[in-house]
Amino acid sequence: MNPESLSFIFLNAFLINNFVLALFLGLCPFVGVSAKRETAFNMSLATMFVMFVSSVCAYGINLILVKFELEFLRLISYIALIASAVQLVEMILKKFSPKIFRLLGIFLPLITTNCAILGVALFQTNRGYDFLQSVAFSIGAGFGFGLAIILMAGLREKLELANLPNITQAAALSMMLAGILSLTFMGFAGLGTTTTI
Amino acid sequence: MSQTIETEKPLTLEVFTAGLWQENPVFVMMLGLCPTLAVTNTLENSLGMSAATLFVLVGSNALVSALRLVIPKQIRITAYIIIIATFVTIVDYLIQAFSLDLHNKLGAFIQLIVVNCLILGRAEAYASRNGFTKAVVSALGMGLGFTLALVALGSVRELLGAGQLLGYQIFSLNFEPWVVMILPPGGFIVLGSWLLLFNYFRQRKTENLLAVDSASHCTVKNN
Repeated sequence: MNPESLSFIFLNAFLINNFVLALFLGLCPFVGVSAKRETAFNMSLATMFVMFVSSVCAYGINLILVKFELEFLRLISYIALIASAVQLVEMILKKFSPKIFRLLGIFLPLITTNCAILGVALFQTNRGYDFLQSVAFSIGAGFGFGLAIILMAGLREKLELANLPNITQAAALSMMLAGILSLTFMGFAGLGTTTTI
Repeated sequence: MSQTIETEKPLTLEVFTAGLWQENPVFVMMLGLCPTLAVTNTLENSLGMSAATLFVLVGSNALVSALRLVIPKQIRITAYIIIIATFVTIVDYLIQAFSLDLHNKLGAFIQLIVVNCLILGRAEAYASRNGFTKAVVSALGMGLGFTLALVALGSVRELLGAGQLLGYQIFSLNFEPWVVMILPPGGFIVLGSWLLLFNYFRQRKTENLLAVDSASHCTVKNN
């Protein structure tokens, strides 16, 4: 497959180099919000939306920064951009769906420090994607994040009923599960070559 | 009232050592996991990453603490993030200048230090409430605790995954490397194993305490 094509970029971010399980981005919500499937689903929706908005805006901002040769401000402007995108999502949710707003609680503002979102913005700049490629990349990354966190939540819900040894408390168990999930996702490497960061 | 008492607390050794073990950012508080797992495939990368994080952590916490009375409460998070981003930009250009090789290996993860929750968490929870010296000492302790965790992960992964440490061959060449340890799943599995080990020791400690407790109760009853 042509590595520049939109479908490859989408698949690459979605499965082959899954943001959570292969690039280790966005682990805090992956461990923190994956106890229940419903919360995980809502969280991934919010994250996907923020990812998409910030990716599109980051593309525009990068054009401006390059034009005025202000590349050293890239990091600061991306972070400010993501913080405002999160604020936007927070306001929309509060207005239209207070239930989801309450469910997500503290994790909503924490989307700001979700490295997956800054990761999308930085990678698309570093790899020199054009506008459509950036959009495909951010949608793929969002779906990948959602898939990983929902799979994890399903596994953890099942394991609530299982008889486990005492030492596998919360975080240790999550890490082991993530390791196994990550191993299975390595199987997707056959779809294309793994690209480095 | 409570705040005045807190600021009057003297600077003790505990401020420094808390971050090393009891409140270890990675093993106990589970903060800053993304860089912890992403760049610890070799010991060299782990050390580079820890040094960069230590610099950003100490620098930003010092500045946040120095400016804590100036920054308005409502916009403090934004202000902290911008302070952190400034230090990360500095460290990014520094590494690029001194070791392009390391910069290429760590890639975007240097810039991603901005979103390391450990740094923002310490700025919000500690530096914004304590004096300059205490904030710096505490940040040093936390940074070294982070280094400890990264070295613990990086050395195991490099040793098992390549049979080497810092590029030197440790195991004989007959050793079949566990390549999976260098790949992403290895990061999760090694961190999981460390956590299991710590849980085991913690559990044994509490069990021992309980055993001693019940034993003393029994003797009291028998008497």
